[in-house]
Amino acid sequence: MKVSTEQLRSYILKDIAVISGENVVECYQCGKCTAACPVSKAMDILPHQVVRFLQLGMLDEVMESNTIWICASCFTCAGRCPRDVDVANIMEALRVILLRKRGVSRLKTEDVRLVFSEGMPEQGVVSAFRKFAR
Amino acid sequence: MRRIGVFVCWCGTNIAGTVDIEAVVEAAKKMPGVVYTGEYKYMCSEIGQSMIRDTIKKEQLDRLVIASCSPRMHEATFRRTAAAAGLNPYLVEIANIREHCSWVHKEKEKATTKAIALIRAAVAKAAYNRELVAGEIPVEQRALVIGAGIAGIQAALDIADAGFEVDLVERTPSIGGRMAQLDKTFPTLDCSACILTPKMVDVASHPHINLYTYSEVEKVEGYVGNFDVTIRKKARSIDMSRCTGCGVCLEKCPIKVDSEFNEGLIKRKAIYIPFPQAVPNVPVIDRTSCRWFKKGKCAVCKKVCPADAVDYEQADELLEKKYGGIVLTTGFDTLKLDEFGEFGYGKHPDIITSLEFERLINASGPTGGKLVRLSNQEIPQNIVFIHCVGSRDKARGKPYCSKICCMYTAKHAILLKEKYPHSQTYIFYIDVRTGGKEFEEFHRRAVEEYGAVYFRGIVGKVFPEGDKLLVQGVDSLSSRTIEIEADMVVLAAAMQARDDAAEVARMLGIGVDTHHFFVEAHPKLRPVETHSAGIYLAGACQGPKDIPETVAQAGAAAAKAIVLLSKKTLIADPCVSEVNEEICTGCLACIQVCPYKAITEKTLDQKVHGRVVQRLLAQVNEALCQGCGSCTAACRPGAINLKSFSNDQILAEVDAVCL
Repeated sequence: MKVSTEQLRSYILKDIAVISGENVVECYQCGKCTAACPVSKAMDILPHQVVRFLQLGMLDEVMESNTIWICASCFTCAGRCPRDVDVANIMEALRVILLRKRGVSRLKTEDVRLVFSEGMPEQGVVSAFRKFAR
Repeated sequence: MRRIGVFVCWCGTNIAGTVDIEAVVEAAKKMPGVVYTGEYKYMCSEIGQSMIRDTIKKEQLDRLVIASCSPRMHEATFRRTAAAAGLNPYLVEIANIREHCSWVHKEKEKATTKAIALIRAAVAKAAYNRELVAGEIPVEQRALVIGAGIAGIQAALDIADAGFEVDLVERTPSIGGRMAQLDKTFPTLDCSACILTPKMVDVASHPHINLYTYSEVEKVEGYVGNFDVTIRKKARSIDMSRCTGCGVCLEKCPIKVDSEFNEGLIKRKAIYIPFPQAVPNVPVIDRTSCRWFKKGKCAVCKKVCPADAVDYEQADELLEKKYGGIVLTTGFDTLKLDEFGEFGYGKHPDIITSLEFERLINASGPTGGKLVRLSNQEIPQNIVFIHCVGSRDKARGKPYCSKICCMYTAKHAILLKEKYPHSQTYIFYIDVRTGGKEFEEFHRRAVEEYGAVYFRGIVGKVFPEGDKLLVQGVDSLSSRTIEIEADMVVLAAAMQARDDAAEVARMLGIGVDTHHFFVEAHPKLRPVETHSAGIYLAGACQGPKDIPETVAQAGAAAAKAIVLLSKKTLIADPCVSEVNEEICTGCLACIQVCPYKAITEKTLDQKVHGRVVQRLLAQVNEALCQGCGSCTAACRPGAINLKSFSNDQILAEVDAVCL
């Protein structure tokens, strides 16, 4: 896999840093986040690997993984991290970026009526829309 | 009949837990020559010792056997106890029933039997113990420091500041060593030259330091307090008293050869000063490349010298001097990379070693501190550093860690980013080792503030592609192969011992390890001493280390040398070899095996049937002998005995155990 300066300095990495408030460079890959994660067994790439791929600018590896959707945002990783990196925040930032991508949203405006009728709480709909706003 | 006293120590439960003390005492009472047997919980305590002292007087004991811990632990203690009670200290014998018995056995019955056997052996030996008197040897109050890098400079300054005369011998034309080649130092980024050159000047101007540059130690004889050393002052071909260091000769010399100081990155002249801050600031003619010495023509330097200092007739000078102690600070080399073809060193000008990088980024270096690709003189954008080139590599390199590479590579990453903010540094590592004050913080700063990208894994191949270098590596953290188009590749070559380290060690009678680093007397408790008394070590000649450690070790070695020099005389250990001249056949096999060069031959005039016959004999220099006993094993007629470990004594022990 080629590693280049452009890839390391991609704007999406900066977005992730801004949205999550976390600096992935701080991580030294001890793996404690993965060791602490209660759902890591179901993930295709492990939490510390998510951070590693981001350090190297390998975004596809992260965005195509099921890991970011399996993350339950329990924040155990954040509580255990010796480098004070909040991996849960990073996971959320990745989800937000995917959700905000035009054309790939799972919730479309015209479907809102339908999901209401299926019993989705209003709070859920509002939250979903919040993620559209850029 | 001897009057032997046996004292059995419990050592708390250390001995008493495994050995039946009462049974041991009962058995000892019946041993031949034993007139008194005692026991106590801690024989080494003041109460235990006073019990021994009182008993010696009361029972008029003439030999002591202390059954306790290893003699390494408390032999000296109990010898002092005996001396305090008026008994010759060498009449004390230790039976080691702790390390050799209670600590290594579990079954009490068997351990008790063994303890009794050990004591029986000690009693049998003690009966043969003789009174020995430690002699005195004078100490020459001058030190020799070999190698004038930062270690030698520091050691020489410390010894000289204590008021002793120091001769500092350096092989190259200038003092300064490796540290003079460096740009900045981790983790403070102090300019290396700025902190080193004042010390170099201090050495040159110190009233107690004699500097011998372009000189080599050729022969070392003698022993602690009295080393006889021959120093070869190589012909500099310059009259040092006349030369003003103006440098005209350097400009006019027509011959150019690779500059050793600049790692061959630029040329120097055949007449040269290694670097501008050199001490002494006097050129030297490299006779192997000088046209005058090769062809008998030229003599340009002689013509242009305004001080008439050039002297082609100068010859090597041999100095013979006496020293009390020697500090060895000969430094290190870097591993030759011929074995590592995958990194392409030597095949492409942009693949360089860390030491070459150090010269390139150095303001006083060949490019004036401008880091350029040697292929096209452009500033590199993407720079790949590779750790552990030859280090931690038992197959083709060295199995040890070179210790400083992690830190200096982090330093290089920081220096690069500061100088060229648009550059990108990639570092391949196996582990990042940052044991040291402020080291981890420094490394993290390189990552977090200076954007160095670390890959956990090593490069498998570097090869040119167009005007770039394609680097193929792996990041084992993400299990992804990594490819980088680099402008420059920097290899952290392993530190290794000097090529001639083993020869130097042989000359001095000290040891080297399997990698030819000099061996310290004890890795923890005697880290700057060698097995040869009076010879001390400092710096990377003893093993890879950084500047702060080197300076600390140099100070420690100096302190040891000062302790030695501050004594007018030394007490010699009397447990040395002695030759029975009546039995010695003069075969001199002992000379061959003596590792301390303590045995020499002598001739003895002897009257045989009215005629004078000369007999060849071995004689032992008691000051040089370290009491190893090799000669006693080599001596076929059994003429050499080690005092306190004579053949009689050893056989008595064996008999006592076996019979």
